[in-house]
Amino acid sequence: MIRVVLPAHLRTLARVSGEVQLDVAGEPTFLSVVDALEARYPMLRGTIRDQVTHERRPFVRFFACQEDYSLEPPETPLPNAVVKGDEPFLIVGAMAGG
Amino acid sequence: MSTVRLLVGTRKGAFVLTSDGKRETWNVSGPHFAGWELYHLKGSPADANRLYASQSSGWFGQLVQRSNDGGKTWEPVGNKFAYDGTPGTHKWYDGTQHPWEFKRVWHLEPSLNDPDTVYAGIEDAALFRTSDGGQNWEELPALRHTKGDLWQPGAGGMCLHTIVLDPQHKDRMYVAISAAGAFRSDDAGKTFRPINKGLKSPHELPDPDAEVGHCVHRIAIHKSRPDVLFMQKHWDVMRSDNGGDMWTEVSGNLPTDFGFPIDVHAHEPDTIYVVPIKSDSEHYPPDGKLRVYRSKSGGNEWEALTRGLPQSDCYVNVLRDAMAVDSLDKCGVYFGTTGGQVYGSSDSGENWKPIVRDLPAVLSVEAQTLP
Repeated sequence: MIRVVLPAHLRTLARVSGEVQLDVAGEPTFLSVVDALEARYPMLRGTIRDQVTHERRPFVRFFACQEDYSLEPPETPLPNAVVKGDEPFLIVGAMAGG
Repeated sequence: MSTVRLLVGTRKGAFVLTSDGKRETWNVSGPHFAGWELYHLKGSPADANRLYASQSSGWFGQLVQRSNDGGKTWEPVGNKFAYDGTPGTHKWYDGTQHPWEFKRVWHLEPSLNDPDTVYAGIEDAALFRTSDGGQNWEELPALRHTKGDLWQPGAGGMCLHTIVLDPQHKDRMYVAISAAGAFRSDDAGKTFRPINKGLKSPHELPDPDAEVGHCVHRIAIHKSRPDVLFMQKHWDVMRSDNGGDMWTEVSGNLPTDFGFPIDVHAHEPDTIYVVPIKSDSEHYPPDGKLRVYRSKSGGNEWEALTRGLPQSDCYVNVLRDAMAVDSLDKCGVYFGTTGGQVYGSSDSGENWKPIVRDLPAVLSVEAQTLP
């Protein structure tokens, strides 16, 4: 079970509070987690990554285990602690705007 | 008694303002979609409780929201705006070619007779349509094939901000694009042609015969006389009496002919409203006086409407989609400012009152008159 923390605006949009828990088949990667997230919450499509290019939106960042994984290839496996559910996968709206 | 509902889009959410036909007291609902930019909201002429909203954010991109109950509840619908085929390129600021890139939806124009059909004007400029209530959007690509490679963004981006559906000729529509110009389709969007003859932009576009490249800010018509178009251009207020085939300037005695919104009285096809702004580099009213100008003669002769509006130290702007009229008698006129005020007049502009004073910067105002 993968624990995902969404930024506040996306929690409101998805109508969830607190963490989201996802079952991800196979070896979970950042790509497969976002795929699973969008499948369960279709209203999030386009908010985390572009719907046409599938590129992560510039001001959305991925964190786990106190590390920034935003620039890792999407197929990168998730850290073990996230796979085991000990740590959440954080999707964060970047600090931007001054 | 009738009800008036104002749909107000702001930099930080949407607000729904309602009043009875007297239009003296208003109920304020919102913010809806708090923290998001709401470029435009509009109701279906065929079903007043069917509303559409363009919701966007620099972080999380573009969403489209739909309401089936007049704005009490909303649901997100489709938000995939993929250009038709290989998008190609348009002209960039430095004159080179640049790929088309979707940025946001500026304007939503519901069909006049089908609540599930809506047109969307987007940046980078293109026209999209849904016929399933917003679930799926398809481009009408003929527009970008109308010299799109020559279109070049202005300072505000290359946005398709105006969509006017002709209520008498069912297949005719007009669209306008900042720094590209005005275009007309007579076959429901299968083909378009530029309609910019008579527009003059000597500083920005030295070629007087240029077919595209004029910076149109907004176009408005009266439903009883849709061949007559009124335009607020970057500079100049213009009029066409033949569906845009030829334009003539009607700026007349305006203190400045720069501005963004233009609208037409609900019952008087020759009564039009603009809000002059000092210049393209000083986006506020001349002399710090917020004045709506009204012409009852279809242009050229203008009178300042000031009663109830601030006449000193006012330096707000009124954006292109931030003016609307209701269809009561007397006609109500409304506009929102970048300072967060929404002003209303229940007597065709003679007297004004702030409905709300302290919203986030207002991006759009639409009025619905409900039975």
